Amino acid sequence: MNAHPEPAHVLGIEGLPLARIEQFLSLAAAFQKTPPPRMLTGKRLLLLFYEASTRTRTSFEVAARRLGAETVSVSAQASSIEKGESLLDTVYTLRAMAIDGIVMRHASSGAPRLVADHADVPVINAGDGMHEHPTQALLDGFTILRHRGSIAGLKVAIIGDILHSRVARSNILLLSRLGAELRLCGPRTLLPPEFAAYGKNVRLYGELEPALDGADVVMVLRIQMERMHESFFPSEAEYVSRFSVTAERLRAARPDALVMHPGPVIRGVEISAEVADSPQSVIREQVENGVLIRMAVLHTVLGAKR
Amino acid sequence: MNLILKNGRLFDPAQGLDQTGDVVVQGDRVRDLGTDIAAAGPGVLDCTGLIIAPGFIDLHVHLREPGFAYKETIASGTRAAAAGGFTAVCAMPNTNPVNDDAGGTAYLLQRARESGHARVYPIGAVTAGSEGEHLAGLGAMREAGAVAFSDDGRPVMNAQILRRALEYASMLGVPVIEHAEDLHLSAGGSMHAGAVALRLGLRGISSASEATMVARDLLLAEETGAHIHIAHVSTAASVRLLREAKTRGVRVTAEVTPHHCILCDEDATPYDTNFKMNPPLRTAADRAAVVAGLADGTLDAFATDHAPHAAHEKLQEFDRAPFGIIGLETALPLGLRLVETGQLSLARLVASLTSAPARAFGLPGGTLASGSLADLTVFDPAAAWTYDPAQGASLSRNSPFAGWKLRGKAIYTIVGGRVVYSARTPEL
Ligand SMILES: [Zn+2]
Ligand SMILES: [Zn+2]
Repeated sequence: MNAHPEPAHVLGIEGLPLARIEQFLSLAAAFQKTPPPRMLTGKRLLLLFYEASTRTRTSFEVAARRLGAETVSVSAQASSIEKGESLLDTVYTLRAMAIDGIVMRHASSGAPRLVADHADVPVINAGDGMHEHPTQALLDGFTILRHRGSIAGLKVAIIGDILHSRVARSNILLLSRLGAELRLCGPRTLLPPEFAAYGKNVRLYGELEPALDGADVVMVLRIQMERMHESFFPSEAEYVSRFSVTAERLRAARPDALVMHPGPVIRGVEISAEVADSPQSVIREQVENGVLIRMAVLHTVLGAKR
Repeated sequence: MNLILKNGRLFDPAQGLDQTGDVVVQGDRVRDLGTDIAAAGPGVLDCTGLIIAPGFIDLHVHLREPGFAYKETIASGTRAAAAGGFTAVCAMPNTNPVNDDAGGTAYLLQRARESGHARVYPIGAVTAGSEGEHLAGLGAMREAGAVAFSDDGRPVMNAQILRRALEYASMLGVPVIEHAEDLHLSAGGSMHAGAVALRLGLRGISSASEATMVARDLLLAEETGAHIHIAHVSTAASVRLLREAKTRGVRVTAEVTPHHCILCDEDATPYDTNFKMNPPLRTAADRAAVVAGLADGTLDAFATDHAPHAAHEKLQEFDRAPFGIIGLETALPLGLRLVETGQLSLARLVASLTSAPARAFGLPGGTLASGSLADLTVFDPAAAWTYDPAQGASLSRNSPFAGWKLRGKAIYTIVGGRVVYSARTPEL
């Protein structure tokens, strides 16, 4: 194993050393104060997106360019992927273009692991199936740190479709490792009991009010309406009546509780417009911090001498 | 042509036999069991230190021919069987075309005669194309040589069709084999629904997706009085249901695979598709329950569900890769591992590979009794080796046991009095 150290992939919060997490967070903070030099001039980053995500792709693109790296974007609509070519064949073909790193989004959990096992360049997971979305968790952690200074001891409520959420999985792992108390809340169909053992200090709630009680952070997840058709919940109205984060319900949380959402927000469903646009909401800031975190990750992973 | 196996440990659970001795084979039959039979020459196999057992019978194998010869052929699959000590395999019908009529069954038997290294017993489809809609040509397939019927790969979801298949098959004197899986409960799943799948973000296949179907199948078998055989039992709940049904006298038999007895979901290397099979590896508690079920006879047979797939098919995203692993060449040592750890007696292991499967499907063999078919497996229970699928006889290499240090190996596999496999090459 040690004879050929593998490139410094970032595949998930699981398995990422705490020192590295802290390095990403502090580097992002440093980049916020002082714009970094174009450390990655001459490097080429492949953005391989098998699932549409303008938000995440753009964030990586901006981060790469600010560091001077060149990006090559390949999306699901590109011909090579459409032809039914296997994932590894596609990667081998693209590797011929002298790539220094791959940022990858894929609908299958574990797909970045498969690529990492066969690539000699670093792979950064930009979201795989319902598995992980590590840079999202890092930017969320960074955003909380900006406002609270520390994560240890904070009460963080995560609300919505926990089952299908890679954002939730990465955040539970990251925030519980950094000492937060996690309250997971959603319909039982979207919150299997096994989540109680997912991180340290995790509790499950089928009702919103007790989950929000005294919370320092309220992290709301996206609800996709196709889940309703799969009978995970009976109707949009019923979901809204039980789990939508409204101004009234938010009163159970601390008055200065941060309201977060990975976006895109559909106002009036998982979160009311009033809450999404309130002064407590840091949703727009999450997007800005996303660029800083991705700069920190790219700088560390691509800038490292191999 | 005569063959004499000398000085082995004669081990035949069907007769309660365990003693040192010789076996005299004449033609395709066992003629005599004895001691110190004076003989020398090319037809004499020295079995000192080896166990001489009835030939192993695998009730559940996918040979992939016709249609998928790049994964396995009848020649390569039966060569793997012989190398694993199996003298007979039952071939599932999910080939292309599906074996759902007399022509398909006859073709399989014809190909097995031409290129087989072990006996092949065809299993016909229950429904046309295994599509679950209309009964396949059960009577004609039975006449052509089918020993059982199954839509394996999928269940017969329509209970009314399964009920009629059971009634019709019982008239023909053969069992229906059910791949017990509720397709609504398992939809989109790629591993056992539990903490491990949750962490990996993989959609789960719940234990209930198997056990609810086992419950349904047992009720239908009870009501019709027909014989149902449950394939690859993987959950504690299924074992409990089967044990209770057998106590009440329901005509049911069942099998368990080596991998469900040895591995659980926590053992799987994350996203390694060599651990992807259907039913999936369950929890440690399920694993213990199926081993206990095998030990007490609730689960009759040890069957491999040998399911070869090409490397490029397995080298995919986990949720896209096909289900299944190969198993013919590792079944014996994995079974012996259960014996070594005290979870299973040697007699019960050998019975689950010989007399029990023979009885379950009414097949010849399964005993060393004189006059019976000279299908014999001679194995060294102590032989230590490291499994490398690339060195195996199967065309495919999809095994989670690659690199495992194993103990126990077939030394001679004898079918109808003919040595079809020998680990001691000069003697062949
Ligand atoms: Zn099956
Ligand atoms: Zn099968």
